Amino acid sequence: MTDHVVSRKIYFLVFIALMVGTAVTVWVAFFDLGAANDAIMLTIAVAKATLVVLYFMHVRYSGRLIALTVGSGILFLLILLALALADYVTRGWVVLGR
Amino acid sequence: MSSLHAEHGPRHHPALAHHFEDLEQQKEASSFGMWVFLVTEIMFFGGLFCAYLIYRRASFAAFAEASATLDIDLGAFNTAVLIGSSLTMALAVWSAQMSRKKLVVLFLLATFVLGGVFLGVKVVEYGHKFHEHHVPGRHFEWENPATEAGAEMFFSLYFAMTGLHASHMVVGMGLILFLLVPAWRGRYGRDYYNPIECFGLYWHFVDIVWIFLFPLLYLIGRHGVPGGH
Repeated sequence: MTDHVVSRKIYFLVFIALMVGTAVTVWVAFFDLGAANDAIMLTIAVAKATLVVLYFMHVRYSGRLIALTVGSGILFLLILLALALADYVTRGWVVLGR
Repeated sequence: MSSLHAEHGPRHHPALAHHFEDLEQQKEASSFGMWVFLVTEIMFFGGLFCAYLIYRRASFAAFAEASATLDIDLGAFNTAVLIGSSLTMALAVWSAQMSRKKLVVLFLLATFVLGGVFLGVKVVEYGHKFHEHHVPGRHFEWENPATEAGAEMFFSLYFAMTGLHASHMVVGMGLILFLLVPAWRGRYGRDYYNPIECFGLYWHFVDIVWIFLFPLLYLIGRHGVPGGH
């Protein structure tokens, strides 16, 4: 079998990065940065998820088929969120009648 | 089983199912199948996240007040526990690739224990919510009438999302037990560790869901609350 074995060192490095990300997320939450609070916390969460997907879930070492499958899942989630939120966020923009 | 293999000759690997070309194709098909299932799970949780975002936008002040009643220490601790369990799960896959049978069992057990710790903490947290009358429904109590409806919606989403997540953890822990016996018998090694890999994918997915749940549920508007509690 020519399977790529991810080294334990990479697993530990990813683990450390995830823990640091969690600590920073909690730390940032206690400062009032306005809209940036949510942006920072979500960015860190997305970065953590990306590390888990690429390294723990081996997507970095898998073929195009797997990458395409993961990408399509994310794409459809974004479509769900974008279109549903677009509806709610734009309510009240157009008032019919008087 | 062995008489069937005798027909195919000495090169037929016992772990190779007949409808696959070779072990590599079998492995790719099995990972692909697991990922297709995970895509459905992304949409499953995605629906709840969508509802959460819509209601959070509608009642932000209530959501912030309600979120402040959650224990941030327990939430952060649980996040660390799940990240640790993902590490042990990844190491279980590594151990299987190295054909180190005892380590496979060890890391599967470690993952199981960490999952149990997570669920134990959730039980404690749910207990707090019950005592504080923050469970939506007949016995819901909230001091601030202006944010009462929004707070009840927050807790509905809190219980729905963490409950769905917790039930996925319970299923995951059951699956680990299911894998332990063949692992102990040395069934998984360099040539065939698909079940460990697939279960790992499931477990990491559940971890990713929590990675998003934690900041969204526990860390709303914390800066306004001294001490965070």
